[in-house]
Amino acid sequence: MSKNHILETVALSHRFDISKPWLQRLFSREPRRYLRAVDNVSFRIETGTTFALVGESGCGKSTIARLAVGLYEPTEGDIVFEGQNLATARAQPAIRRRMNMIFQDPYASLNPRWRVRDIIAEPIRAFALASRPNETAARVGALLAQVGLAVSDGEKYPHEFSGGQRQRISIARALASEPDFLVCDEPTSALDVSVQAQILNLMRDLQRRLGLTYLFISHNLAVVRHMADQLGVMYLGRIVESGPAETIFARPLHPYTRLLLDAIPDLDNIGRARTAVGGELPNPITPPPGCPFNPRCPLATDRCRTEKPAHTAAGDVLVACHAVQEGRLG
Amino acid sequence: MPLLDVRNLTVEFPTRRGVLRALDDISFNIEAGEVLGMVGESGAGKSLTGVSIVGLLERPGRIAGGQILLDGSRIDNLAAEPLRRIRGRRIGMIFQDPLTTLNPLYTIGRQLTETMQTHLPLSDADARKKAIAWLDRVGIPAAAQRIDAYPHEFSGGQRQRVVIALALCAEPALVIADEPTTALDVSIQAQIITLLKDLTRHQQTAVMLITHDMGVIAETADRVAVMYAGRIAEIGPVAQVIRSPAHPYTEGLMQSIPSLDQRVERLRQIDGSMPRLDALPAGCRFNPRCPQAFDRCRTDMPALMDAGATRAACWLHA
Repeated sequence: MSKNHILETVALSHRFDISKPWLQRLFSREPRRYLRAVDNVSFRIETGTTFALVGESGCGKSTIARLAVGLYEPTEGDIVFEGQNLATARAQPAIRRRMNMIFQDPYASLNPRWRVRDIIAEPIRAFALASRPNETAARVGALLAQVGLAVSDGEKYPHEFSGGQRQRISIARALASEPDFLVCDEPTSALDVSVQAQILNLMRDLQRRLGLTYLFISHNLAVVRHMADQLGVMYLGRIVESGPAETIFARPLHPYTRLLLDAIPDLDNIGRARTAVGGELPNPITPPPGCPFNPRCPLATDRCRTEKPAHTAAGDVLVACHAVQEGRLG
Repeated sequence: MPLLDVRNLTVEFPTRRGVLRALDDISFNIEAGEVLGMVGESGAGKSLTGVSIVGLLERPGRIAGGQILLDGSRIDNLAAEPLRRIRGRRIGMIFQDPLTTLNPLYTIGRQLTETMQTHLPLSDADARKKAIAWLDRVGIPAAAQRIDAYPHEFSGGQRQRVVIALALCAEPALVIADEPTTALDVSIQAQIITLLKDLTRHQQTAVMLITHDMGVIAETADRVAVMYAGRIAEIGPVAQVIRSPAHPYTEGLMQSIPSLDQRVERLRQIDGSMPRLDALPAGCRFNPRCPQAFDRCRTDMPALMDAGATRAACWLHA
């Protein structure tokens, strides 16, 4: 792994045990059942850039977010953070301090009984980053100012703020431990568009100023387009296409990426009907054999229905699709 | 005569600390076969407008002024029973979450036939036949078998299809769709919007489409009303409102949406947030956030006025 990659995942897989309780299983003679939420995912994130994962609900993007900060342990594969395996490195506070997470719902991720200054000061105290109490207070004040809030806002409780302001508080808290790497799981999905713009601008400003690296997770392709340097498109636990965001948006290869881009309602499409694509996401407990996208794919052949496509390089984009490989793409 | 005519609608919520005016002097109309989009940020009053029209406003909220006319006759002052007959028969409703709209204890067939038989004179056999036809029309595969399934046996997208069938099966003249695709994934969203559009066009149904997604509005609506803090900020044909907005709020809203076509360094943002109902500013409600506000905006409340191709509540056009 080269030096300037802050995070790398190698053949990462995660499965959830969704078996019925032991006794029930015993009576109905059912085997254990697993849901493979993340299936053999590999990507690397260059320091100071944004890697975005995009996909529909249930595709495994939030599971990857949780794996990346060590909230879940991978079933198979490794996560390497600055050359160290996260499974062992997470025991060191020095490593934990350097990664943090921003969650989707700013209403659920802040403790309603704590004052904002205590919420933001918690990581500072937990990692003992300040030696004196007034040093902590000064840091909290600086963090509040950094995310565009007033120092006096620290005395208030979360319920006194709007959704966008709460997300600013979440960002201040995430920055309190002076991290290099932030995992942002749908940070603006719960916000209105005009507020979303404020938060996205703030996140880009902070990235430039502090040299942050983002793993940015979203279902909204327009937001991802605004934020991402590198992009991974996920479908049923697998990355089906990954590479520089500009390239993928300009020339999407995988039929699913094309479907997603076509399906987005766009302001330029006034009165124009969209390409409605048939079918729905299959049940991830029983994924279809072969390529997971084959039941909805207009280009599917017998090979797609039996053989799982491997990732092949097409320029600087990696894509897992037989049709692309065989040059059958229209 | 427009099918739905809302005139100076005002809705208030009395609270211990005074009366909150959640909708203030809202006027608009919808013709038969027309789709009117309603956009705005959460709390702007879009859903409340829909709820007031169908008479499902919950206490202590009350209509404090104005009139709602359906086909020329008032429906805002009706008693519960006649209103119930209008709801479902003349006005259909589609809500955001298909799981809470459907009764989990009844098969979808029973819910469809019950709805139709409440409003239309149909025998049991005819109602069932029509229910199957409706499920088929909204794109449920193997409708004749699936009719006896329960809501939980369907996926999210299919459930929303059933909800659409339920809303349209009594052939209402007006459909109020409140965020019908927000809970769905993008690839399913397109299917549902296309379906809703085709069916309502076919039946010449008037549609009030409430959403925060400008993209959905752009593709679906004929006209659009932009709401801000309980008032209509701008209303007009969808192309004009999107391409050449007259109200500074609409303009800011359009520019704050990230585009798929190009990546910009910074998104245009509207600083601040929408005022709370108990702390509304004097004058135009947008004035504290408006980059073009002048003295009159801080004292006088603007009404909708002609502003080129649209109508905007903004003193810039006085």
